[in-house]
Amino acid sequence: MFNVVLALMPAFAVSLYYFGFGALIVTLLAVGSCVIFEYLIQKYILKVTPTITDGSAIVTGLLLAFNVPSNLPWYIVVFGSLFAIGVAKMSFGGLGNNPFNPALAARVFMLISFPVQMTSWPLPVASRLQYIDAVTGPTPLAILKEGLKNGETISQMSDKIPTHMQMFMGLMGGSLGEIAAFALLIGFAWLLFTKVITWHIPVSIFTTIFVFTGILWLINPEKNADPIFHLLTGGVMIGAIFMATDYVTSPMNKAGMWIFGIGIGLLTVIIRVWGSYPEGVSFAILIMNAFVPLLNRYVKPKRFGEEVKKNG
Amino acid sequence: MNMLKTFSKGGVHPSENKISANRSIEILPLPQKVSIPVSQHIGAPATILVAKGDKVKVGQIIAQSAGFVSANIHSSVSGTVESIDAVLDSSGYKRQTITITVEGDEWESSIDRTTDLKKDIQLTSQDIIKRINEAGIVGLGGATFPSHVKLSVPSGKKADVLIINGVECEPYLTSDHRLMLEKGHELMVGIQILMKALNVSKALIGIENNKPDAINYLKIIAGEYKGIEVHALKVKYPQGGEKQLIKALVNREVPSGGLPIDIGTVVHNVGTAFAVYEAVQKNKPLFERVVTVTGKILPRTANYMVRIGTSVSDLIAAAGGLPEDTGKVVNGGPMMGKALVNTDVPVTKGTSGIIVFQSKESKRKTESVCIRCAKCVSICPMGLEPYLLNKLGQQMIFDRMEQENVLDCMECGSCSFECPAHLPLLDYIRLGKAEVSKIIRSRKN
Ligand code: SF4
Ligand code: SF4
Repeated sequence: MFNVVLALMPAFAVSLYYFGFGALIVTLLAVGSCVIFEYLIQKYILKVTPTITDGSAIVTGLLLAFNVPSNLPWYIVVFGSLFAIGVAKMSFGGLGNNPFNPALAARVFMLISFPVQMTSWPLPVASRLQYIDAVTGPTPLAILKEGLKNGETISQMSDKIPTHMQMFMGLMGGSLGEIAAFALLIGFAWLLFTKVITWHIPVSIFTTIFVFTGILWLINPEKNADPIFHLLTGGVMIGAIFMATDYVTSPMNKAGMWIFGIGIGLLTVIIRVWGSYPEGVSFAILIMNAFVPLLNRYVKPKRFGEEVKKNG
Repeated sequence: MNMLKTFSKGGVHPSENKISANRSIEILPLPQKVSIPVSQHIGAPATILVAKGDKVKVGQIIAQSAGFVSANIHSSVSGTVESIDAVLDSSGYKRQTITITVEGDEWESSIDRTTDLKKDIQLTSQDIIKRINEAGIVGLGGATFPSHVKLSVPSGKKADVLIINGVECEPYLTSDHRLMLEKGHELMVGIQILMKALNVSKALIGIENNKPDAINYLKIIAGEYKGIEVHALKVKYPQGGEKQLIKALVNREVPSGGLPIDIGTVVHNVGTAFAVYEAVQKNKPLFERVVTVTGKILPRTANYMVRIGTSVSDLIAAAGGLPEDTGKVVNGGPMMGKALVNTDVPVTKGTSGIIVFQSKESKRKTESVCIRCAKCVSICPMGLEPYLLNKLGQQMIFDRMEQENVLDCMECGSCSFECPAHLPLLDYIRLGKAEVSKIIRSRKN
């Protein structure tokens, strides 16, 4: 788990640079409350030996913080942490048993319960010194959705949408840890290098989104954003690298991982393009989380000596 | 770059620890007595032919094979039969055991005790198999499957290649390594005998690349023998597994539930090939073998030529005795071997090594919960799902374990080795295998 924390540090550094105080406060609050809730629940409610030393609560806290705006009021952060640990994790029996990624489950829960606070995005750099009264603005995905709804074409919106380079560097509105693709990719490299995760899930998600949005873009570039835009915006990077790869809630073998990743990719694009909410990765991952037991049951690794049996 | 061959699915790389690799094979002094179990092989125990008080010679048959899958047992010493009792063996089971007090060293006169290399193979294929059967040869790699059974190819099947296992992938063990270095020519003749018995023209010797001296030496002398090739393999555990070795060398997969002969291959260990040489060319039954005695805390490590039935404690005594902070003594390699309950058990035909571990090295790490990291799935060389088998085993859902191919598990221990939660996965998988076999047997009856 320590390596996951380390892999999240570049993104954290970037969020401090862009969002300053807000990012610091929200992150400390989320990590602190996740760890404390885990400890209290294990000790006093479940009456088992607390396992906070395994680091999983720290990771949940970090991911939760990274998935919310940097001006989110403190009580919502604490509330979200309580949901993540208490409901999404512990009520299913703790580490290893929860069907949904706790941070994501909490994010969606917060989104439903506090839609306004959860979608007011501080602008990077401009809001560095503010926590609550940050200057806010829409995310690129929201600009796109809104524009398309009003009948604008993509070229008409071009001056409102950040360039690919700006998006790659994280210079756009969004949740505090999801914006900078380069920082998240550094984390990805670290996770691969230390063999914490394999490439299968992230790569299958990226490829699916790229191909699917690429086709739509080729069909009508005025109504559909280009594939790079889709990869760099919203939670695709953080979701694919850090949340879809969560051991507990992802499939147990390579074939299952491919199906899981492709499913997330497809659902993400469908929700973004045809859904009413601009972002789709969180929902897509949660939906596919629900299919994991089924995938594990019916999609098996290739057994040694299996094919010969069929032929012979 | 020359890519070394290996098997494709799963595998781990434990630290090799071949600390006894440079120790030449020494002859262990005769013990005062030996205890020879009559069941040292997979299959039916042999029928005892001697009685208490009988005098026996070295190489005399003392228990006769009881059926096709069974093997003769010979006395490894000369002396008097002291007792015949059920005694604990190294796997913790009580087995009928013949205990002999050693008196002198008188061999059966039919055994050729010279060290001359006899290259000419005079026997016919049938007679070779018969001689191997008489000599009580079993797989010396540890599986102890009677060798004549593997050589008797069922009608309708045919072998086209003989595979010789010189992989020795278990950490610590070096007995096969030394044998290849010191008995290379005998080994080659043994292989030719096996080729003749099977009527194949090609034999492949697979050796892991951490034994370059053995690879080079055998490659050089292989030129003198027809049809034998030596292949260096990448170091990866469990490449010594029969199915993995076949996959590595000839890229064929033994079907689930099937045998190597189903895909035209027969696999024998280098130790077995050497025993075959001695049995066929020297008329010497299998009553001694090379055993590695090793461990980081032993004053000296060694590869001994040991008479079957010598107690493990005698072996360890030769290596300086049990050090004070011994944690456990393992029979076999550290991955697949079993910890001994006590060291009064005898060396048998399947004993390839005895490893002494310090208490610090032998402590099991504290278990935590399965975090579903899928590492066990990706390293399982048989393509099984150890985490699932473990869970099903704990819940005793045996029919589901059968569906999940638990019987394919080769008990290589890679899953337990790799699990970051330190779960002893193989424990429940073994239990499941035993139960599932029982269920299948009862279904047949
Ligand atoms: S399940 Fe069996 S074959 Fe697979 S790694 Fe574990 S012990 Fe080896
Ligand atoms: S290696 Fe251990 S922790 Fe990982 S999935 Fe397998 S059993 Fe679970």
